[in-house]
Amino acid sequence: METDAAAIAEETANGNGHPVAEGGDAARAGDLAHLGGVLESLLFAAGAPVTVARLVEALGGPGRAEVVAALEALAAGYEREGRGLRLARVAGGYQLRTPPEHGPWVRRLLGQRPPRLSRATLETLAIVAYRQPCTRVDVEAIRGVDADAVLTTLVERRLVRIVGRKEAPGRPLLYGTTREFLELFGLPDLGALPPLREVGEGADVLTAQDLTVGPGGVAATPAASEAAGDWPSDCRSS
Amino acid sequence: MTAPCTVELELFRGPLDLLLHLIKKNEVQITDIPIATITDQYLALLEQRPDLNLDGAGEYLVMAATLMVIKSRMLLPEPAVEDDEPEEDPRADLVRQLLEYQRFREAAAALGDRPILARDVFANPPAAADPAPPGEAVPATAHEASLGDLLAALREVLARRRPPPRHEVGEPERSIAECVRMILARFTLVDEVDFADLFAPEAGRHEVIATFLALLELIRVRVVRARQEQRFGAITLALAVADVAEATARVRETGHRMLWGGGDDGDGNGRCGDR
Repeated sequence: METDAAAIAEETANGNGHPVAEGGDAARAGDLAHLGGVLESLLFAAGAPVTVARLVEALGGPGRAEVVAALEALAAGYEREGRGLRLARVAGGYQLRTPPEHGPWVRRLLGQRPPRLSRATLETLAIVAYRQPCTRVDVEAIRGVDADAVLTTLVERRLVRIVGRKEAPGRPLLYGTTREFLELFGLPDLGALPPLREVGEGADVLTAQDLTVGPGGVAATPAASEAAGDWPSDCRSS
Repeated sequence: MTAPCTVELELFRGPLDLLLHLIKKNEVQITDIPIATITDQYLALLEQRPDLNLDGAGEYLVMAATLMVIKSRMLLPEPAVEDDEPEEDPRADLVRQLLEYQRFREAAAALGDRPILARDVFANPPAAADPAPPGEAVPATAHEASLGDLLAALREVLARRRPPPRHEVGEPERSIAECVRMILARFTLVDEVDFADLFAPEAGRHEVIATFLALLELIRVRVVRARQEQRFGAITLALAVADVAEATARVRETGHRMLWGGGDDGDGNGRCGDR
């Protein structure tokens, strides 16, 4: 996430004439740096992730494109100069965060307990995140254990919320992840979840002889595609 | 995180987790489970736990039954094929479930490896991901607890109080002087005492009131200080003097006669009786 923004920003900075030589370019770069400073103040004061729209609104002058360019330049600056902050894209906005390599010292200073993330918690969160909206039974079907207590705890910790009821017998509750979930794991949005690994060993079912080479190229025989159909091909329901 | 290799059911996050462990241990493909071996090992693990409580192990027992069904189906000769559908491998369902579980286990591990807020990365203000555990002092602006704060805390104590046993007859009421000694005695071992801890849950209303009055007097004569970290928070008591000896001396010196029971005990003057 940070690196994305940084990489783009590096490009932008170079493209816009960095190091700056003369004239209008210099003025523009100066403006951008000034804007970057203001944005830094806004993000520091806000603490929580702020959307670009709200930043534009607060600034009341520069357009969206300009703000994004300044944010990217800011992010690149943090990386380049090895500063103690990073500009992270989190939960639909931008947030100043400490880099992970400084974590141990910050943790020691604050003396806080880090959030507890047991395997059961992480597994349940992963299932809800990739399969949302999903029911308790969906989670239990995958983990093979009772999920009631874990889900209750996750709802209490506001990492998971009830998003509705499934139109099925008993109208079971449907669960989804929250903004706090994105913040905890430093994700810009759900699309940024690492792709769920394709069912690897399941591919064994598709052996070479199931493939035929026809005029249209390689195609799976009906038998093969049927076999493949047993496996859920798409991990993420939208 | 990884526990030592003693076999404890609690180490496994359910029967699927345990099965994956066995599959890995036997170095076999999930898609080609030696069902006889795995079933035997699985049952052996269950048997190592004589104290299996059904509540926690129900899922394990269901899996054991499933494994045995699969095993027996694989032992049986295939029935004469009636239709064109080839008989599905009895292990197929289990394999599907294991593969699916494994995918999410990997996804969970990937999530856990991300830079976690309040563990690896920090934002301003620091996210209170976990409430501060009790016992860890929160450096907040503590203030001197007011009478209102003390009364609010007293109401809580009274509300929490269990009804006293019915048939205790003739137990002398505890005097305020006794309560003073009791409170001061608390400070011989520790520097701070929680307000709520002064009151035993089974203490009668009378004793609670007597203790509270004793405390108010001790605060009034500046022997004890009551502090509160935050509004409606817990109230902590500490000696305002060097030690218990000095506190006792101060009480005798400046306190009301009622506080230390007067010249001698037994005259009943100090009793806080309401009869």
